[in-house]
Amino acid sequence: GFLIPYFIMLIVEGMPLLYLELAVGQRMRQGSIGAWKIISPYLCGVGVASVVVSFFLSMYYNVINAWAFWYLFHSFQDPLPWATCPLNSNRTGYEEECEKTSSTQYFWYRQTLNISPSLEVSGAVQWEQALCLTLAWLVVYLCILRGTESTGKLEQLSNPKTWISAATQIFFSLGLGFGSLIAFASYNEPSNNCERHAIIVSLINSATSIFASIVTFSIYGFKATFNYESCINKVILLLLNAFDLEEGSLTADNLNEMKDYLMATHPQEYAQLLPQLKNCSLEAELDTAVQGTGLAFIVYSEAIKNMEVSQLYSVLYFVMLLMLGIGSMLGNTAAILTPLTDSKVIATRFPKEVISGVVCFINCIIGLIFTMEAGNYWFDIFNDYAATLSLLLIVLVETIAVCYIYGLRRFEKDLHTMIGRKLNWYWKVMWAFASPLLIISLFIFYLTDYILTGTLQYQAWDGTQGQLVTKDYPGYALAVIGLLVASSTMCIPLGALVTFVRKRLKRESVSTVA
Amino acid sequence: MLQVLLLTFSVVTVARAELCKPDAQNAFKVRLSIKTALGDNAYAWDANEEYLFKAMVAFTMRRYSSKTTTQISNVLLCNVTDRVSFWFVVTDSSKNTTVPGSEVEAAIRMNRNRINNAFLLSDKTLQFLKISSTLAPPVEPSTPVWLIVFGVVLCLIVAAIVFLVVAGIQQRKKKNKESTERENLEEKGEVTITIENGIPCETLDLKAGHINGVFSADDERFTSL
Repeated sequence: GFLIPYFIMLIVEGMPLLYLELAVGQRMRQGSIGAWKIISPYLCGVGVASVVVSFFLSMYYNVINAWAFWYLFHSFQDPLPWATCPLNSNRTGYEEECEKTSSTQYFWYRQTLNISPSLEVSGAVQWEQALCLTLAWLVVYLCILRGTESTGKLEQLSNPKTWISAATQIFFSLGLGFGSLIAFASYNEPSNNCERHAIIVSLINSATSIFASIVTFSIYGFKATFNYESCINKVILLLLNAFDLEEGSLTADNLNEMKDYLMATHPQEYAQLLPQLKNCSLEAELDTAVQGTGLAFIVYSEAIKNMEVSQLYSVLYFVMLLMLGIGSMLGNTAAILTPLTDSKVIATRFPKEVISGVVCFINCIIGLIFTMEAGNYWFDIFNDYAATLSLLLIVLVETIAVCYIYGLRRFEKDLHTMIGRKLNWYWKVMWAFASPLLIISLFIFYLTDYILTGTLQYQAWDGTQGQLVTKDYPGYALAVIGLLVASSTMCIPLGALVTFVRKRLKRESVSTVA
Repeated sequence: MLQVLLLTFSVVTVARAELCKPDAQNAFKVRLSIKTALGDNAYAWDANEEYLFKAMVAFTMRRYSSKTTTQISNVLLCNVTDRVSFWFVVTDSSKNTTVPGSEVEAAIRMNRNRINNAFLLSDKTLQFLKISSTLAPPVEPSTPVWLIVFGVVLCLIVAAIVFLVVAGIQQRKKKNKESTERENLEEKGEVTITIENGIPCETLDLKAGHINGVFSADDERFTSL
């Protein structure tokens, strides 16, 4: 059901917008701020907005890499630390919190995050996570020093609203609106065939996304089946022990009949036992939703711990996650660094290494917020609100700017000189009509959805119950959310206003001179 | 005579039955899960296995209290079910009272491993219901493993960064030296460099310059002299 909107979005939005951004970068030979300034001086705000969004993204995204490093380093143990619960203080049983929930969830919430019960309780910085975050930033810095030619990809975890999630999936996985594509393309040769690249990149990206989703769902199914069978076995054991039946007399097949039989023959004892007998259902297992990034770490680690040679699969999986994550980080940091290195003011005074180092260092320090006990809640705030709305707006302004302000014919001529071929009518129709209309409708849909749901809520981990509970955001968190969205979207009108005022002042000074 | 014997025998049996029954004082329930533990190699629970169990408990009591008086007949089993589960109790030498539960518990805890191995079972498959087993803590090395791996990776990354930064600085120094050398040579008039509007032509190849295709010197278009 998700694939249809996904493909439609890919054809209508993904490929055209990818092509647009690559072409703009390649033609203007500048990062996002410079490129948009060339198209129209009033649009310098778009580039700045892209940089701001990339900055927010790079602040919080590297925490995922830190977690991946943490799991990777812990994969070199036998048994895997998330496979069994730790013992309690007098070694008579397992930790209470771990008993209530599964060992993988306990490892994630308690031993990795050491999460606090709510956003207000900040807690201290976890030094282990801080170390992993520092390492992640060092790796990113190393890769920036070497430079890179590959496009960054970002996997956004899907959102129940199918159409929005299809669009955002395309946006995020292709990296539209971040300015990273423009930055990368500006290093291309002018004669580079960016049309072919755009099509190839978006198709390959979709193919890998679909492949990844097949793998994800099969692992999800494996986990659900395994948990279902464990649940059934627990019920069988409970009944065998309570009624002293012979081993093997209760199986998964005859469980229901035997339950009825026991209820008829020993009603009292059965009634006593009833609260402990869980109704195991495969559907319920498949429905268990895990919030946000926890999906990648809880579901997969649970599936991996049940496989043979789990250490090998664990290492492979987290190395893959790291490569994806570092690749995305490179895209984001390139989007921030290219405008900085393009600007003459900064580039002449400091060498490239120093600028990259300073940016990485600042991001690392800010990222320490996400290593605190309440850090995961702040992470979810950034994950949900920092990029989504702003990106839609940025991409919309980009399309309209290139088509109507710069002029579609002028752009067509530029592309003709770069590629040597006339522009296909398909791209023209997409850029001029279909993509902007679709983005506007998505935008309206998003806004109305935000307004209708009322106060924003988040999922907090309750250690005493061993599950997630819904809580309301406190006032200052709502303020931060508003600031996140406003700071990137306001750049566009502000940029236009500043340019307008500057031009006015210049015209006045010229006229007074004359 | 025979009647008296029969009477005492029945009294003793009744008395012994009194001692061992579910939830009796100092009695413990045992539960075995042989099929779960051994699968196809599972043995059937019969009188011989019960005899072995009695022998193991007697051995345990002897080992614990160092008294050599506990006999196999001191251990009473009752209420054996299909599960397999049963109750047992240890009587003292007079066979009229039972040994205190705390002693039995301590003895079994001390020798749990031996009992498990005699039946090819483990703590989970041979359960003494009131006696909780101390779980073995996982083996923890003095330095956590993850710190070691972290240290290795960190050293590699830092070494690579330092190497790249130093290489970059050296390259820049070499370039500066070359350009100053060339300027010195220029002043001496020994090397002519093509200059256009005061900018050497090499720098025009960077991003900032535009190369006008019309004026690129194409020797083939001009007739050779």
